[in-house]
Amino acid sequence: MEAYLTAFVVGGLICVIGQLLMDVGKLTPAHTMSTLVVAGAVLAGLGLYEPLIDFAGAGATVPITSFGNSLAHGAMAEAESTGIVGILTGIFEVTSAGISAAIIFGFIASLLVRAKG
Amino acid sequence: MSNKMKKKLTPVQQEYQAFAKEREPARPVAVNSLRAFLVGGAICVIGQGISSYFLWNFNFTEKTVGNPTVAVLILIAVILTATGIYDHIAQWAGAGSAVPVTGFANSIASAAIEHRSEGFVLGVGGNMFKLAGAVIIYGVFAAFVIALLKSIITMLGGV
Repeated sequence: MEAYLTAFVVGGLICVIGQLLMDVGKLTPAHTMSTLVVAGAVLAGLGLYEPLIDFAGAGATVPITSFGNSLAHGAMAEAESTGIVGILTGIFEVTSAGISAAIIFGFIASLLVRAKG
Repeated sequence: MSNKMKKKLTPVQQEYQAFAKEREPARPVAVNSLRAFLVGGAICVIGQGISSYFLWNFNFTEKTVGNPTVAVLILIAVILTATGIYDHIAQWAGAGSAVPVTGFANSIASAAIEHRSEGFVLGVGGNMFKLAGAVIIYGVFAAFVIALLKSIITMLGGV
């Protein structure tokens, strides 16, 4: 049960950061999401995102920051095992599920549904 | 508006900018943040539930369970987008529904559906990543720079 509570609080707080970037920083949603992705990648580089996932579970893996973390994480892990070319081959290794799922389901949706109005 | 752009405006335009800014409705930052917190937190709780399900019933570990969780959340978000429900949630929740990975899926699915009338190749294919493209490009480039820096630091025998 505790896992659900930490997921709720941490996930909610990341969303509040996004909301503050939009309201106080006057950023568009696209700018906000890009900022958060870059922030996630930077945190991964500093080795801070993994401990956050250990602590908050889905609260850290569901927000878009985890996308940046996975990109940086895959690139760094592959670079460690195969050398500098590994950055290119490893960058999408962990995020494959998210991007493929979004493309495939999004395309199926466009086949099935017509825009209203 | 940046200061640089402000200088280019005529005095009348500057006056109008000040006039418009005075009358801009104040954003209810506290209420918006609370809504974002509640909805964003709730989406993460759903994600935690899906994670637990995958952990108990399939061969996933704490480290690998993030991937199938994200895929299921994306499927749910695409279904909600196609039925028009996600728009209603987004209007109320603001960043609470945009920041989780479901917002990423929503931007892809809604762009794909919206541009279907322009054809499947140039419309759907060309516009699917209209919003999500920015996220992927900056994410990938940031990850590239960070991994490169880390490789160089390791090679120099640092940290």
